[in-house]
Amino acid sequence: MLDKLGTPLPDSSGLSSVRLLPLELRNLSLDIGGRGLIEGVDLYLEDPSLTVIMGPNGAGKSLLLRLMHGLIAPTGGAILWAGVPINAQIRRHQAMVFQKPVLLRRTALANITHALWLRGVPRGRRIPRATQALQLAGLMQHAFTHARVLSGGEQQRLCLARALSLDPDILFLDEPTASLDPASTLAIERLLIEAHHHGTKVILVTHDVGQARRLAHEIIFMHHGRVVEHQPALRFFQQPESIAGRAFIAGDLVL
Amino acid sequence: MSGSIDLDGTLRQIIILYPQLIEIVGLSLRVTLTAVAIATIIGFAIGGILAVSRFPGSSALIAIMNALMGLPPVIAGLVVYLMLSASGPIGVLQLLYTPTAMIIAQTLLVLPIVTTLTCRTCQDLLEEYREQLHSLGASSAAIVQTLLWDGRYRLVTPVLAGIGRAIAEVGAVMIVGGNIDHVTRTMTTAIALETSKGNLTLAIALGIILLVIALAINVVLMWMGKLPSHFANA
Repeated sequence: MLDKLGTPLPDSSGLSSVRLLPLELRNLSLDIGGRGLIEGVDLYLEDPSLTVIMGPNGAGKSLLLRLMHGLIAPTGGAILWAGVPINAQIRRHQAMVFQKPVLLRRTALANITHALWLRGVPRGRRIPRATQALQLAGLMQHAFTHARVLSGGEQQRLCLARALSLDPDILFLDEPTASLDPASTLAIERLLIEAHHHGTKVILVTHDVGQARRLAHEIIFMHHGRVVEHQPALRFFQQPESIAGRAFIAGDLVL
Repeated sequence: MSGSIDLDGTLRQIIILYPQLIEIVGLSLRVTLTAVAIATIIGFAIGGILAVSRFPGSSALIAIMNALMGLPPVIAGLVVYLMLSASGPIGVLQLLYTPTAMIIAQTLLVLPIVTTLTCRTCQDLLEEYREQLHSLGASSAAIVQTLLWDGRYRLVTPVLAGIGRAIAEVGAVMIVGGNIDHVTRTMTTAIALETSKGNLTLAIALGIILLVIALAINVVLMWMGKLPSHFANA
């Protein structure tokens, strides 16, 4: 087995590989207090390309990501990973990076070993794997720094390093660079491309059109809780089919 | 002795009374620290579990613990007295008027404080960590463990608050301990007794020691509050 960090690794998590794709969303809806936040979403993601979910604020992008990852339960419809509804076993092969870095009050290294502990990686393998992830993210010099005194960009890189140390098959990211400067954004994007090259399916939420252009293989464009377009990135950027999509790419204010 | 207090005489008496003083202070500390240690172990566990899991009666338990933070010590003393008295449910153990009885009573007093403050600390942290921990697939037990460790600086507060409450209370230890010389006489019960006897020298000496301990606890509490915010609170 080749792990996503690019070096041969014994099957350290003790997990047999599970096929997760295709991901299928059937008539998915989420109602909170009578408001339809996600309405009748049908999606079929079968290849491991880099998928970007775009749309204005309040379109339901983050909610859709959380529904896919199983952090919230839909009020209607179904989410199927290779035909199976999400369960603990499936989530073990996924990881998520949030918009605001969530880091424990521990050192950078301990943040990663803690995640590995939660995923059941044996004690002796945690530090080597965590070290490897820190190196990949260029954070080795901060291994023993308290995670919460790192800069915003470093914190988000650490979150990504933690996610990648889990060797996920699916990696969800919810606007990970929304509050980062260009240098930090570039570092994150490089890591994402690298992870994708090593076989991780990346599903990224952003409302940064430039980022979508740089990274996306396919685009899911959302508006008012619905999926308005699902296209290969090239086609979406050249000739978007929806009015909202056209306006969004053109930089108009989409309400 | 009337009105003024002869400080020189007080000092001399303190030296004469030194062995007795040491005994009383020692017992006070032993009872209080043991009670707080027990309450801390139980309170951390219950507080953490209450913060993380919802089960039938969990909100009622939180509300009860909250209310019991203000439990009058004499009531705690009375309850333990009734349980330990010869006709009580565990009267056969013959624990009444022993330091063990005092430890039980003070544990009862401190437990709600430790539990409630621990629960609040863990709830605050969980608010922030919830999605990340769920994403990582943490079990409830692992979440409690994570929250208690990450809240370690803040959890000093409930422990010190517990010590402050236990060391200063007189009602509970008086009822279940009986203030027996050389057996169950603590600082607070001794002060009460000596004052009523008019022997102010020993009362004042004990009062000063008690005050210093209470003050030290508050200084540590304040100092904890000033710990680098990114470690303690960030």
